[in-house]
Amino acid sequence: MSRITDAFKNGKAFIPFITCGDPDLDTTAAAVRAMAENGADIIELGIPFSDPTAEGPVIQEANVRALSVGTTTDKIFQLVRTLRADVKIPLVFMTYANVVFSYGADKFFAACKDMQIDGIIIPDLPYEERDEFLPACRKYGVELISMIAPTSEERIDMIAKEAEGFIYIVSSLGVTGTRGQITTDISAIVERIRAVTDTPCAVGFGISTPEQAEKFAALSDGAIVGSAVIKILDKYGKDAPEHIAAYVKEMKQAVNSASERTGKIN
Amino acid sequence: MSNSKGKFGIYGGRYIPETLMNAVNELQEAYLHYKDEAQFNEELTALLNDYAGRPSRLYYAKKTTEELGGAKIYLKREDLNHTGAHKINNVLGQALLAKKMGKTRLIAETGAGQHGVATATAAALMGMECVVFMGEQDTKRQALNVYKMRLLGAKVVAVTSGTATLKDAVSEAMREWTNRIDDTHYCLGSVMGPHPFPTIVRDFQAVISKEIKQQIMQKEGRLPDAVIACVGGGSNAIGSFYHFINDSSVRLIGCEAAGKGADTPLTAATVTTGSVGIFHGMKSYFCQDRYGQIAPVYSISAGLDYPGVGPEHAYLHDIGRAEYVPITDEQAVRAFEYLSRTEGIIPAIESAHALAYAFELAPKMGRDKIIIVTLSGRGDKDCAAIARYRGEEIYE
Repeated sequence: MSRITDAFKNGKAFIPFITCGDPDLDTTAAAVRAMAENGADIIELGIPFSDPTAEGPVIQEANVRALSVGTTTDKIFQLVRTLRADVKIPLVFMTYANVVFSYGADKFFAACKDMQIDGIIIPDLPYEERDEFLPACRKYGVELISMIAPTSEERIDMIAKEAEGFIYIVSSLGVTGTRGQITTDISAIVERIRAVTDTPCAVGFGISTPEQAEKFAALSDGAIVGSAVIKILDKYGKDAPEHIAAYVKEMKQAVNSASERTGKIN
Repeated sequence: MSNSKGKFGIYGGRYIPETLMNAVNELQEAYLHYKDEAQFNEELTALLNDYAGRPSRLYYAKKTTEELGGAKIYLKREDLNHTGAHKINNVLGQALLAKKMGKTRLIAETGAGQHGVATATAAALMGMECVVFMGEQDTKRQALNVYKMRLLGAKVVAVTSGTATLKDAVSEAMREWTNRIDDTHYCLGSVMGPHPFPTIVRDFQAVISKEIKQQIMQKEGRLPDAVIACVGGGSNAIGSFYHFINDSSVRLIGCEAAGKGADTPLTAATVTTGSVGIFHGMKSYFCQDRYGQIAPVYSISAGLDYPGVGPEHAYLHDIGRAEYVPITDEQAVRAFEYLSRTEGIIPAIESAHALAYAFELAPKMGRDKIIIVTLSGRGDKDCAAIARYRGEEIYE
């Protein structure tokens, strides 16, 4: 059974993202533990890329900071192996196609299996190009997470039918980053997805406040938060983990209220 | 040359965020609809001829040929096009297509500013809004082109992310496109990016080789022995090669910017020094480290200062149909000076990379052989930089 899908069984899921190596890998380790202990259901571990074209300024800068201190894919693999001694929730990588491709897809996903990485999100790998990595993902039991955007429209059925793990609903046009308002009709997208699959779906891009998390978790099966976590790291540096702990706790509570409100309780 | 998924062998494809997929699919549909439509082609030909000044001349560089004492050298004068480079061929095509698709706004990336100026020009002509993304470093190196774009009514955004050069301008234009798709067409400037751009841009630039073929048959009654062009993303090169790809007797040679040398880190010679990767929507060759991080590249030419190359070039390289050679700053500058002195033609520093190799090759070939060099652009924009390179400070 999919450990990722299971993470949605006991209510709405809260899914934070962190760029590994920002400001250093020790801080990443402490932050991941803080997130896991305070209610994160799945954690997205970003492997930095020099030119992240789907990211807004906040995550772009986190990528620059991580690479500037010498963070590499191999060092991140080491980190995950260490974390897996005590972090038991599903972990998924988030990175760009070139990072996986240049490592060698087979070698990359074999390592993922070895360190119990459950899935991967590749924002520049649309449905039409998924065969680039899907065979290696299947071979090593790593779920390739699909994304659906406000512009997907008639593509939704095709993507959702073959989705595994969870479906990442991109809340808005544009790149990652906190937003005051999200105007996309998320309910309509979720409805269309649910017509063809039971795979859970979570909303990301632009969510930063507990109010937004509650709202979008209520409309779907969970909320994904990236830039807001990175802002805490940028502000507090090595002292960020305790602040991230408090933030994740608050956000998970907001997501739990959504579970209660919609009758999907633990 | 490409299949329906936009692959050239293993290269090309559509490695872009889901948000853009419907936009590129729509573009592909529109392109397939219009590319053979009589009305569209009439309008485009009228624009190319009456507005941009096509066909461009094929000029026999007699003095150069005699001085070098080898193969006859012909110059395909894309520098004489309106806006001073081959870029206008593609831009008029894409702007017309965008207009037919109901788009009212063009966005573009630019390195040296030539593609930006061409896009701003087409936008002015067709009454469209225009925003050009340009690396902050390049806005300083090419201040005159920034002014020209503004004069033409475009907004110029100085990109500060990453290395603040061409690759970052492409990234920022892609980000902007995901942000505003409905009314906006991304007018990509080279044979790169996601399918269908490498095919569309190639087709619009293929007019270069179509004309060369007719002109050389008229002048010499036979095909040339070599066609030489500079390669950054590779649009003037693929345009120069395209109608000769099936003529196996014609050598196709792309000249990459080696910067300080292909064996130094200060280079942009992608095919020579790079490896296969996936970036900016395509699988191709890229300058990168072993973890796939895109490498900073360098060339005296802001137009060749890009860490990748178009997927069709990667394919032509792999199948051995085209050759790619690295040319250093110094070689290019010498060719820039040589052509100015010998023919009274100041070439773009990008095009000077192709000239440098032609000047090397010509004396090694017999006098009965023919080389065609595509002079992709004019060199006015480069004079200040070349003067500085030679230790002379001049003010524009």
